[in-house]
Parts: sequence; C-alpha cells; structure tokens
Amino acid sequence: MFELLVISGKGGTGKTSLVGALAMLAKNKVLVDCDVDAPDLHLLLHPEEESSNEFWGGYKASINIERCTRCGLCEEACRFEAIKDFRIHPVFCEGCGVCFRLCPVGAVEFKQLAVGYWYISRTNFGPLVHARLGVGEENSGKLVTVVRQAARNLARERGLNLIIIDGPPGIGCPVISSLTGVSLALVVTEPTVAGKHDLERVINLARHFRVPTVIAINKFDLALEKSEEIEKYCAQQGLEIVGKIPFDEEVNRALSRGQSFLTVKHSKAACAVTSLWEKLQVRLGS
Amino acid sequence: MKVAVASGKGGTGKTTVAVSLALALGGSVPIQFLDCDVEEPNGHLFLKPVYTREEEVTLLVPEIDENKCNYCGTCAKICNFNAIAVAGRKVLVFPELCHGCGACSRFCPEGAIREVPFRIGVVASGRAGSIEMVEGRLDIGKPLAPPVIKAVKKHAQPDKDVIIDAPPGTSCPVVAAINGSDFCLLVTEPTPFGLYDLKLAVEVTRELGIPCGVIINRSTSTDGDVEKYCYQEGIPVVLKIPFDQRYAACYAQGHPLVLKFPEWIPAFKELWQRIVGMVKKGV
Repeated sequence: MFELLVISGKGGTGKTSLVGALAMLAKNKVLVDCDVDAPDLHLLLHPEEESSNEFWGGYKASINIERCTRCGLCEEACRFEAIKDFRIHPVFCEGCGVCFRLCPVGAVEFKQLAVGYWYISRTNFGPLVHARLGVGEENSGKLVTVVRQAARNLARERGLNLIIIDGPPGIGCPVISSLTGVSLALVVTEPTVAGKHDLERVINLARHFRVPTVIAINKFDLALEKSEEIEKYCAQQGLEIVGKIPFDEEVNRALSRGQSFLTVKHSKAACAVTSLWEKLQVRLGS
Repeated sequence: MKVAVASGKGGTGKTTVAVSLALALGGSVPIQFLDCDVEEPNGHLFLKPVYTREEEVTLLVPEIDENKCNYCGTCAKICNFNAIAVAGRKVLVFPELCHGCGACSRFCPEGAIREVPFRIGVVASGRAGSIEMVEGRLDIGKPLAPPVIKAVKKHAQPDKDVIIDAPPGTSCPVVAAINGSDFCLLVTEPTPFGLYDLKLAVEVTRELGIPCGVIINRSTSTDGDVEKYCYQEGIPVVLKIPFDQRYAACYAQGHPLVLKFPEWIPAFKELWQRIVGMVKKGV
C-alpha cells in the first residue's frame, strides 16, 4: 500500500486544489483529508456520507460546584491556567487530570468527550475519509491518526493500493501525525519568500522523520526569480521537483463552481498537473 | 489594545495585514508585533528585525530516578498523553508527547520522578525600526506549539498596542494565540475554501468571546458569498484589499504592502481607529 501525503508548511499554497486534481487522475485509491481543523477537500469532492463516527478525544475536567469547598488546590496545580474562580474553562483544559486526582473532596469530574466526528464517504472519485474537529479543540494529531488508520483499513477491505492524503499546514502535531510512516511526501510550495522559508522547515521535518520527499512549485510563473531560487535550493538538497504549475485563473473559477480545475480540459494548470502525475506514478511504482 | 490577526484557512494574507498594520501605526505609537505562528513564522521576512535576545522555551518533563523507582507503573497509568511507559524493569519517557502537566512527578508514590526542562523552541526578541518584535519558533520535530505561543505572549506589555500574527487553523494553537485579545481580525479570500474556514474561525472567536471583523483579501467580483455571510452574522467587513498582480509580486519579494504602496497607510490607520472605536463601544 502506498501512502502519498501532500503538505506545504505554509498555508494556502494549493494543497487541496492539487489533491482535488489528483483525485481525478489517480485510480484505485482512498482519499483522506487530514487537515482536520480546517478541512476543505469536501468542497471539491462533494462526498455522500456512508458512515459517521464520534471522535473520542482527550479528557476534560469540570468542577461540581456543589461539592467544591473552594480550597483552591486545583487552581494552584493547573499548569494550563484553565481554572479560575473554581471553574474550569473547557477550551484551556488539556485533560491531564491533575485537578481530578488532587481534589480532596472529589468535586472534579473527569470525562472523555466526543470532540469531533470522522466520516467515510462516497465520492465520484472513490472513497473519502475525512473528519471535523470541534472548534478550539485539542488532539488534532490523535484525530489524524484515527483517520489514517480508517483509511488503511478501508483500502485493505476494498483492495485499493493507494492512499492520497491532504495534509494540514505547519510543522506541529497534526502534521507530524500525518507524516509519520507515509511512503512519500509531496510538498507544495509557492515562489514567495514566505513559501521558500516554510518549505525549508517542512523539508527538515520530513527528513527528521525519514520520509522521502518531492516538491511541486505552484503558481511558479508569478515570480520566476523566486521559483529559480527554490529550484536551486531543491537541487542542493537533492530533492526532485515533480511539477511546476503555472498561475491559472481557471483554478479559482472552477473552485467557485465547486470543481477541480482539472475539469477544464487543456487549461494550463490541468496540463501541468497531468504531467506531474505522470512523474509521481514512477515514484509510486505503478 | 491587543489585536490578533487570524484566518482559519492558511495563505489568505494574515501576515500581510499584521505587518501592514504594524508599519502604518509604528511611526506614531509604540507597537509590539508578536509572531505567534510559531510553526511557520513569517513576520520577520517582511519586518526584517534585528533580534538582540533569544530565550529557550522548555517544558518540564519527567526524569526517573532508577534508584527510587520500583516500577509500579502509576506514572504510566495516570499520564493522559502516553508520554511514559513502564515495561518490566524499564521506564520509557517520550518527552515529545509530554504536555508538562506534572501529574507523574506529583503522584509518584516513591518520589522517584523529578522534572527537567526539555527544549521545544525559542523566542527571539528585538526591534524592527520603531516596532518591538517578538517571534516564537517551534523546533523541527516538536509537536506542541501552544507552549511556545504562550511564551511569546508573555512579552506583551499592557501599555503598548500589540499586534498578534496568529497561525492558521481552528484548534489549540489558534486558541493560544488569540486568547486574551481585545479584537480579532479574520482575513479571508473570496473562494469557497476561504468562506468555509472563515465560518470555523468565527466560531473560535465566539467561543472565546472576542469581537471580530473580516478583511477580504484578493477581493474580486466574487466577494458576494463572504459579504452575505458576514451581513447575516452581523460581522463587519472592515477592509477589502483587491486582487492585484503588483501586490502579489510585492509579497513574493518579501516587501511589506504599505512600504511599496504607501497609499494603503491611511486605510490601515483608519482600520485601527475603527477597531479602537468598536472595542470601546463593546461591539
């Protein structure tokens, strides 16, 4: 089973647009949206839900005010500043349980909560596993792990040999959960100083976890000089650039219709991504 | 006053807005710029600060005294982050997973656990002209951004106007970044992705009780859906920045919008005054 992860470091470089296009090109695959706190892939794929599952995240503490003697031990011990005036703010509680174990009168309740949902859905391009974390919640990394496991199970059940993952931006917990153990990371960057800066950090992250990496430069023609800098950097690092996608107004036009730009045959971006996919297939060994 | 710039979706122009605001105001009032997008901090690429101080951000993680430990497994049982495992006569600590809550050392029946600092990032501080700048940087391979964000925010001074560049998304790093702000600017783009993630970001600000306003970046004739949503929800659209290839090129090169196009300075000054007005009125 081959797991292809699309990440970027910097947000808004075109991860989801690219995955939406790959969804049309690749066959026999499961699609996954691991950007669980701002998932957008469904806006291109229009999934029909087959099953919906609660995501049991970490624990949250709350104070039973009738039992509370206002001793203040919990507030003093909480390292997350989640307790004020004998109330626990659920958004700041990280679910460590110190208050629960410490309370001398058993006034702290400590429960595991459903903090999101994950879904298996049907799309015109194959099954999609996606999720929605409650706003402001913790445990995005844990939800990513759940979603990835569900995708692997689904691929096995249905005899599909490829998993394409739309990853989150950044380099933190949900990115690390998306990255560990994938077969290949495709990093989408843009020719801007910020794009290059963030690319370098995410490449180092992939290297840290020993994940093979290839690069795509999106909207490369908007700043040719910066694209060349990125190409030079990638050459120094021994990283293959599998595609350079030109700026194309069709991308946003198609998106506003809720479609991938690949539906616009012979558009500049569609041609570039088609050749990118040919190069990727070599890596996929199929 | 403390104003956070957030977005839900990445790449909509948070840093452009935060940097422009800081530079537009910086000449007249003392401004602090806090880069709280610690996974991918970009403010420095535009403001080009000179950093004069760097401090490590550490979490307190467990260290086991093998002489006192009797391998009872209490620590592993109570750690809710799977950061400790006890296997036979061996205790394994995974500091990357540790949230630094202190439960293990507090409740170890043998007193065999002490807490030691574990580095997860740095906070750099210095100046960019008249702007005081503080930037957090999460170390590569460390998952926990919120402690680094909180360390950046400790530098906020109550007598200064503070601008916070927040990370994308809607989960704990965003909460850590925007919490305690007087106002939150949400930067979006007029696409279905921009709108969908804007709605999620609005929910976060409501959860925290922070008033917000929307900036439509790369504004075109397709703003309608975003405007309609904002109108229905009673959220003011406080600024529109039109799509312009010149602005894109300016951003690509790392030039702040208001320096290359000074005609935008009054718009950002007015925006600030409007925010001040809304915060005072308690809108």
